[in-house]
Amino acid sequence: MHELSIVMSIIGIAGEQAKQANATIVDEIELDIGTLSGIEMNALDFAWDQAVKQTILENTERKINRIEAKAKCLDCEAEFNIQHLYDACPVCGEHFLNILQGKELRVKSLVVS
Amino acid sequence: MCATCGCDSGSNTSIQHLGENNGHDHSHDHSHTHLQQKTIVDVEQDVLHQNNLLAERNRGYFEAKNILALNLVSSPGSGKTTLLERTLIDLKDKMEFAVIEGDQQTTNDADRIHATGTKVTQINTGKGCHLDSHMVLHALQGMRPKENSVLFIENVGNLVCPAMFDLGEKERVVIISVTEGDDKPLKYPDMFHSSTLCIVNKIDLLPYVPFDIVKVKANARKVNPTLDIIEVSCTSGEGLSEWYKWLQSKVLAPQLN
Ligand SMILES: Nc1nc2c(ncn2[C@@H]2O[C@H](COP(=O)(O)OP(=O)(O)OP(=O)(O)O)[C@@H](O)[C@H]2O)c(=O)[nH]1
Ligand SMILES: [Mg+2]
Ligand SMILES: [Zn+2]
Repeated sequence: MHELSIVMSIIGIAGEQAKQANATIVDEIELDIGTLSGIEMNALDFAWDQAVKQTILENTERKINRIEAKAKCLDCEAEFNIQHLYDACPVCGEHFLNILQGKELRVKSLVVS
Repeated sequence: MCATCGCDSGSNTSIQHLGENNGHDHSHDHSHTHLQQKTIVDVEQDVLHQNNLLAERNRGYFEAKNILALNLVSSPGSGKTTLLERTLIDLKDKMEFAVIEGDQQTTNDADRIHATGTKVTQINTGKGCHLDSHMVLHALQGMRPKENSVLFIENVGNLVCPAMFDLGEKERVVIISVTEGDDKPLKYPDMFHSSTLCIVNKIDLLPYVPFDIVKVKANARKVNPTLDIIEVSCTSGEGLSEWYKWLQSKVLAPQLN
């Protein structure tokens, strides 16, 4: 379950950013997570609850922006939403896709005090 | 924080260079004593930022030393270590090799590689389900692979978790065996998407299992249209010459004997 190490990294980033802002409390954290980021949301929730105990994120309110995956067909240039990496272009049926968005996995912002 | 390289250290990872004993200690120290009002901090930072930074550092090291680093990924038991054993013996006189073995527990795989006479370091990840660039960095510091060599990094057997973690490798090689089912690329697309070569292993078992090799190739190329695919049997040796050709084509400079 790589989600655990992902949560550990998030805790690390939050801690560092809070320190830089001379803050001791992270009230809110906003995350961008694309639907093709490789993160299983249930696993993330599970890992989160375990990992944040006794850390700066223990009582932090978490907001997650799910980013829908979009791709562009390299054959016909059509742009469309995709659910899976193996989806075909709905226009020409080819699989040469450039993923435009949906791979995001980032800490967008924090509210600290 | 890890004092050596400034990244978050994996807590229960151990690194063993076979034939040596190299303890490695990280000390952690934090203190916070400020009070303030609420502030919004725009972070916009990739969660894998630290891993990616260290991966780039590894990549720079490999480039400077002209080391071809390959990250081998697969489900448990697809034949990663067996493929390495064959390769290390068959190409012994043609290339210089080093191996990093990643497993949760035991030095079994490193022992098998050690038996071929190849330089090998075992990383035990404990509960960790994948290698990360930090572990590889520390393994490299201890093993110091030779210039112009090929470094195989055998990842933890797992088709999901290692996909997200760049180790600094030049290429990622995904191995699947014919006993695993031809829908694997669709079930675990991330791994096939991020690899450049797929080795289909255990083709000696094709007569005994309902595995459609045409279908597995089609599925893999739905996920990754530019994926190279090589079919081999590490037991019979069939197809291995194709893999060796691929490997030789990736070695940048002519090899010294
Ligand atoms: N029939 C057959 N068996 C093979 C072949 N290659 C490997 N095996 C067997 O498959 C089993 C697993 O092989 P390993 O090389 O240990 O697999 P691995 O991917 O390194 O496994 P983990 O490190 O545990 O993930 C062993 O019993 C091998 O002998 C092959 O080409 N044909
Ligand atoms: Mg192995
Ligand atoms: Zn198209």
